[in-house]
Amino acid sequence: MTASAITRPPSLIDPRGPRFGAVITSIVLASALILGPGSGLVLLIIQTLVFAAGALLGLRHQPYGWIFRTVVRPRLAPPNELEDARPPRFAQAVGLGFAVLGVIGSLSGAPALFYVAVGLALVAALLNAVFDFCLGCEVYLVGRRVLQGLRPTPNRVA
Amino acid sequence: MTGLYIVAAALALTLVVGLRRRATDGRPREIAADAGRTSLDQRRLGHELGTRATFVQFSSTACAPCRTTRTLLASVVAEEPDIAHVEIDAETRFDLVEEFGITRTPTVLVLDSAGTVRQKIVGAPRKPQVMDALSASTLVAA
Repeated sequence: MTASAITRPPSLIDPRGPRFGAVITSIVLASALILGPGSGLVLLIIQTLVFAAGALLGLRHQPYGWIFRTVVRPRLAPPNELEDARPPRFAQAVGLGFAVLGVIGSLSGAPALFYVAVGLALVAALLNAVFDFCLGCEVYLVGRRVLQGLRPTPNRVA
Repeated sequence: MTGLYIVAAALALTLVVGLRRRATDGRPREIAADAGRTSLDQRRLGHELGTRATFVQFSSTACAPCRTTRTLLASVVAEEPDIAHVEIDAETRFDLVEEFGITRTPTVLVLDSAGTVRQKIVGAPRKPQVMDALSASTLVAA
């Protein structure tokens, strides 16, 4: 028998939506990089707002998701299965973090920060678009391990 | 020009990471007897061990492949009553996450009848990989 400690997902979405969004995100971020910290800033700010909508308001309010639902999905067959909305929403939050760093780099005259932060956001978006990579499967545990390592007495149970 | 180089580097990094993951995800790795095998009992697991083997699946909230893996392991267990499947929320059992070196989800530990960890599967496995790990874990009694 299966015993599960994970609660069932509250909302389900078409898994092709986030991948479609990742393709557009990749194009926007790559264009921002090629234009550079000066003229690429407008594109980066647009992408930052898109990430913020997805992460803070939910995928339903993410503009690329909206394009997918109204323009793309009606032309496709129904999906084989639906997916939990939390992993892609988490990925939007990670993207938002990098995008904000990129904006700060551009505005504060630190082009290196712009290139590194936007470059990492692009890697995450490309991994999602091309390989259906699960960002939420990695980042959370790694983050927790780092925080745990910083504490003076780690919480060990014998 | 710098931006173009960064885009090229991002593409290259994506291919390296993605292809490597595609090749290694879900592949069972045997824990050798001399590598210091660890074990889990009913008390720490919070669930009875299977009489033949136990899947201990580490999952997290923002993890789509955890769901696929749960469905797969549940179907295997439904056919084989002497195997147990225990899903653990990695975010609430940090003691086990540290002890067994869980770096991402899903990770599945395959325990033999004595609760000794015999196989570790990182990333979502396919059914043949699960069956391989199972037979390798139960062929030799602990």
